[in-house]
Amino acid sequence: MKLPTVTRSIRTRLFLQLAAISALLSVALFLVVRGLAETAAEATQDGILAASATSIADALRSEDGEITLDLPYSALSMLGTTNDDRVFYKVEVNDETLTGYDDLPPPSQSPTISENTFATFYYRGDEVRMVSASRTVSAGGVPSNVLISVAQTRLGLAAISQRISAIATGIGLVFFLVATALSLLAARSALRPLKEMTAAITRRGPADLRPLAIDPPTELEPFVSALNTFIARLRASLLRSEDLIAEAAHRVRTPLATVRAKAEVTHRKLQKPEHKQTMREMIRAIDESSRSAGQLLDHAMVTFRTDSLSTETFDMAELVRETAERLEPAADLKDVTIRCTTPDTTPAFTGDRILLQSAIQNILDNAIKYSPDDSAIDVDLSVAETMCLSFTDRGRGFGEADTDSLKTRFSRGANVDDIVGSGLGLTIADEVARAHGGQLNITRNEGSQGACVSLIFPRQ
Amino acid sequence: MRLTDLPAAIMAILGLTSAAFAFEIEERARYPAANPETELRIISTADRAVFEPILLAFQQQNQTISIDYTIASTTELMKAVHAEGEAFDLVISSAMDLQTKLANDGFARTYRSPATDALPDWAKWRDQVFAFTQEPAVLILSETAFPDEAYPTSRDELIELLRDQPDRFRGKVGTYDVRTSGFGYLMATQDARVSENFWRLLEAMGRLDTQLYCCSGDMLHDIREGKLAIAYNVLGSYAQAQLEDGGGYRIVMMSDFANIMLRTVLISTKADNIADAQTMINFLASLESRPDLVAASGLPAVDTDALQSNVALRPIRLGPGLLAFLDRLTRRNFLRNWEASITQE
Ligand SMILES: Nc1ncnc2c1ncn2[C@@H]1O[C@H](COP(=O)(O)OP(=O)(O)O)[C@@H](O)[C@H]1O
Ligand SMILES: [Mg+2]
Repeated sequence: MKLPTVTRSIRTRLFLQLAAISALLSVALFLVVRGLAETAAEATQDGILAASATSIADALRSEDGEITLDLPYSALSMLGTTNDDRVFYKVEVNDETLTGYDDLPPPSQSPTISENTFATFYYRGDEVRMVSASRTVSAGGVPSNVLISVAQTRLGLAAISQRISAIATGIGLVFFLVATALSLLAARSALRPLKEMTAAITRRGPADLRPLAIDPPTELEPFVSALNTFIARLRASLLRSEDLIAEAAHRVRTPLATVRAKAEVTHRKLQKPEHKQTMREMIRAIDESSRSAGQLLDHAMVTFRTDSLSTETFDMAELVRETAERLEPAADLKDVTIRCTTPDTTPAFTGDRILLQSAIQNILDNAIKYSPDDSAIDVDLSVAETMCLSFTDRGRGFGEADTDSLKTRFSRGANVDDIVGSGLGLTIADEVARAHGGQLNITRNEGSQGACVSLIFPRQ
Repeated sequence: MRLTDLPAAIMAILGLTSAAFAFEIEERARYPAANPETELRIISTADRAVFEPILLAFQQQNQTISIDYTIASTTELMKAVHAEGEAFDLVISSAMDLQTKLANDGFARTYRSPATDALPDWAKWRDQVFAFTQEPAVLILSETAFPDEAYPTSRDELIELLRDQPDRFRGKVGTYDVRTSGFGYLMATQDARVSENFWRLLEAMGRLDTQLYCCSGDMLHDIREGKLAIAYNVLGSYAQAQLEDGGGYRIVMMSDFANIMLRTVLISTKADNIADAQTMINFLASLESRPDLVAASGLPAVDTDALQSNVALRPIRLGPGLLAFLDRLTRRNFLRNWEASITQE
């Protein structure tokens, strides 16, 4: 059965349950307070009644062989001190009324000399509480049994009980409200770790597959560890597929190199120009395939390494020059010159050197590829608020292309014409930049036509 | 105003109607209303002369209520309401103990209103018995016997005086016969409760052949006639009222303590005309706001300030304590002691 929407919220459910519990406790509190207070009030009335009976008993005396009594004023007046209740009394000697209200009923339990008895019953239209005390008085040498009963209506008690009930209701109500407010807070604070965890997961980048490094409350530990196991499995399967790609690329590249060497030898041996031309195209195709395989490899490597970025400190300017030098032969083929401008002193950069080299190489490779013969490429390293490494060429530029989409895998611009490529170069550069907290900017060459691609890193 | 022609409409029926009741009445008066619609039946211990101004003022405010006013002694009043269950609407009495007993035994109706709530706590009990006057018991000294400033002001001084000069006062001391006067009994028991001096005073009076009276009026009469030199425990309000026409005596408020009797009113459970009875209760409870009536009736209204200014004044407390002296055995013993002291047998 599907639960109604309201109760699907853990917080609401928790709150409702706590509120129900506090309501129960409030009622219990009310009953206890009222019960105790009423018992105390009853005990007070019983106490005064007993004192009154004792005071009357103490006034008993025998005169001329007869038992007589001067009812002490205080014995009755004390009963009027706390309330305005009606008072009745009777003194009996050997079961005959000596004085008082003749029709006051006898006690249901006979008192002894040491113990008074109490009774509650209706008399003259009101509920009364009666105490009975017993004494033995000697009159004319004959011991007589004297029974003293004092009764009082309970209207004062009822009034007290009403007042106490009102107070108890107030206490219960306040307790309930406070408890409810607290349970609201409790429900909220109990669910805070869940909220924090959600935030921690939401904050993560899309490629962040590290295990959650949070310290969950005991109850959430199984959940978090299950989640981490799941993430680990996901990462393992991702790595496996990257491995597969790398392996595949590697396996393709090695035979390609062999084929290329053979093709070159054959090219030299061939005499007919049309045969030579065909062979040259073959060699170019082989080169492109090999480069694509290399990029696939690079990309797999980037994906793998961003998870566990190695942090070495190195000189960025030096890395730039070194990489440019490595691409010198490819540039020479097209008579393209690469001009590196770096400041005299560059602050040390901490990051993954291999990844950065791969990024620079891919951008530079693009620049050479999309440049016309006999042109120049400017590589500029500048350090200000950010560290900016820009590559400016004088080629065809990006035109109206959506530069953001060029960063996705295997996407290529509409400006490529016959230039072969895999669509992975900018993807690799972008991923490396982001792994280092930086970004890849694709703009136009402001000076003339051409492209300007920059890697921008925050100052470390 | 109509007040002037109202007395003409008053019919006092003396003795004629007493046969209608099994108890003894002193007087019965009817006050027809200007536009009679309802009748309020009151039984009271207060003399007509004292209470008439209040009744007339009440009728002036409530022109449709006729009043049937029956006067009886405190004892007869008790008999009428408690024993015989006569159907009166309102019971007004100076015997606080008997009024308390009526309420305690279930003969009074509960009533609350802003006017009764405004009464101080000591002036009401159970919201059934409401005090509307405070009247002290005083010592009356004849001016011929005490012409100058040398007169007793406390019980101690009175005892000393009576012991020192027995011949001067023999047969010339008067007090209530507590066997017949409810007010006298109330005052005597309260005296005895507060101070042991009471019994010494009683013995001193007993040795001097003390005269016993049923009512304050008679005592005051004999003081004026010169038959009495001292009257003990006279109702101060009567003495004050009568001092104005005639005089001849001095009113002494005892400095050791003076019991204050509260004249009280209650609505009977037998009442037919509860609404008018409640109107009258409200009227009486706010007597303090009518100084003209206080002056006309000579009944001092309930007033806490007056009590606070004189520490010797002790209002008798309404409540179950008053039942103690009504206990038949206690009363018998008290009267026996009283008789033994006063008659010196
Ligand atoms: N220096 C450049 N000048 C002009 N266009 C470029 C340049 N660099 C990249 N591009 C465009 O961006 C696209 C994506 O580049 P890249 O990911 O390296 O793939 P490709 O293998 O096609 O070079 C290219 O297809 C091309 O259209
Ligand atoms: Mg490329």
